[in-house]
Amino acid sequence: MSVQQWDASFVAKKVIHNEKLFILDVRNADAFEDWKIDGHQFEYLNIPYFELLDGIEDILPKIPTDKEVLVVCAKEGSSLMIAEMLSEAGRDVAYLAGGMKTWSEYLEPIKVGDLTGGGELYQFVRLGKGCLSYMVISEGEAAIIDAVRFTEVFTSFAAHKKVEIKHVFDTHLHADHISGGRHIAEATGATYYLPPKDAEEVVFSYAPLEDGMTVQIGASNIDVGAIYSPGHTIGSTSFVVDNNYLLTGDILFIDSIGRPDLAGLAEDWVGDLRDTLYKRYRKLSDELIVLPAHFMIIEELNGDGTVAKRLGDLFAQNHGLNIRNEEEFKRIVTNELPPQPNAYQEIRQVNMGKITPTPDEQTEMEIGPNRCAVR
Amino acid sequence: MKVNLYLDAKGLTCPMPIVKIKKAMDTLEHGEILEVHVTDKGALADIPAWAQAGGHTILQQAEAAGVITFLIQKA
Repeated sequence: MSVQQWDASFVAKKVIHNEKLFILDVRNADAFEDWKIDGHQFEYLNIPYFELLDGIEDILPKIPTDKEVLVVCAKEGSSLMIAEMLSEAGRDVAYLAGGMKTWSEYLEPIKVGDLTGGGELYQFVRLGKGCLSYMVISEGEAAIIDAVRFTEVFTSFAAHKKVEIKHVFDTHLHADHISGGRHIAEATGATYYLPPKDAEEVVFSYAPLEDGMTVQIGASNIDVGAIYSPGHTIGSTSFVVDNNYLLTGDILFIDSIGRPDLAGLAEDWVGDLRDTLYKRYRKLSDELIVLPAHFMIIEELNGDGTVAKRLGDLFAQNHGLNIRNEEEFKRIVTNELPPQPNAYQEIRQVNMGKITPTPDEQTEMEIGPNRCAVR
Repeated sequence: MKVNLYLDAKGLTCPMPIVKIKKAMDTLEHGEILEVHVTDKGALADIPAWAQAGGHTILQQAEAAGVITFLIQKA
């Protein structure tokens, strides 16, 4: 039996299309517990590769023969070794090219919808990390919101669409992943915007992203309008795109809400978070489609792979929007927080331009789930 | 501390450091000590986890100039 090599894009399609898959994850138990390739219909077996060096005979009965089998490890080497051992035992298996490192970096661009006058809105789903970035395209121009650090994905996509990137926004100073915004702007001549209240310590120049500001994309009337919506950070800003989509950054997710503590000031900002979710957003149309900067669990993905839901539906269903008692709300979002994301303080320093790690170091910093939410 | 065997696994990437360590340990007797040098960051988590699974003891672990050194006592 031959060993197949699958790339991240191939596995991403299986996640999005709800396919069945059996994953043999040969990383450490700790690493597997922390994060894995999530799929609606995936099954898992976690056995570290170093427990299989004497042979894989013992685990053969646990590996199905009526399902596709993918062996996964951190970087690829161990999964290839184990896949070859399984193959010698007569099993048909694949391994993931580049391992979890590549998986954590892969972005799948998915069209969210058409905009007025032939424009388009794309969501870039980073399945391995739960990050969501956006590109608004209209009449030869593009704006990008919350770009992750793989800048060439965005610049090549823009080139493929024959559009010029004019505006690059970050909804806030990110703490869970390294932003690509500033670098895309430098490479393309676009303007890079940050909320000034999040940018007090940054060491590069930027355009201030102010409440009420709008920028027009292309000649027609597609605009991206900023709404100051603090709470996750003091500067957090949302966007309304083409009067139809609400980009919430890390303030509101599909099945959870933002956490106020990653810049160290949970008690100070919890009131802002409450006001944004229970007052500012309440004034907006229920018909807006919410597009967040993250998803936490695979159940938040729609059937087409997008992460998007009507604001009115979130008001009805999202637990974080339905905690009537303000004190109870404050207690939950300051006391019941999940662990903080890996290296979040260093990631903030990178996003302020204070430190410039090597690509390998950046990969290490971003390992693991994003943990930006309170559920 | 008397080191019975030295293994240079610098420059090797996963899974090779552990494959080599296992082979080296197979040649040692109970209580003997292997010193291994690695540069693959993955080894930082994998070597202690592997040692624990086999009941071996990590006597010492240090990192200097990108080289990680382990002293492992065979179970």
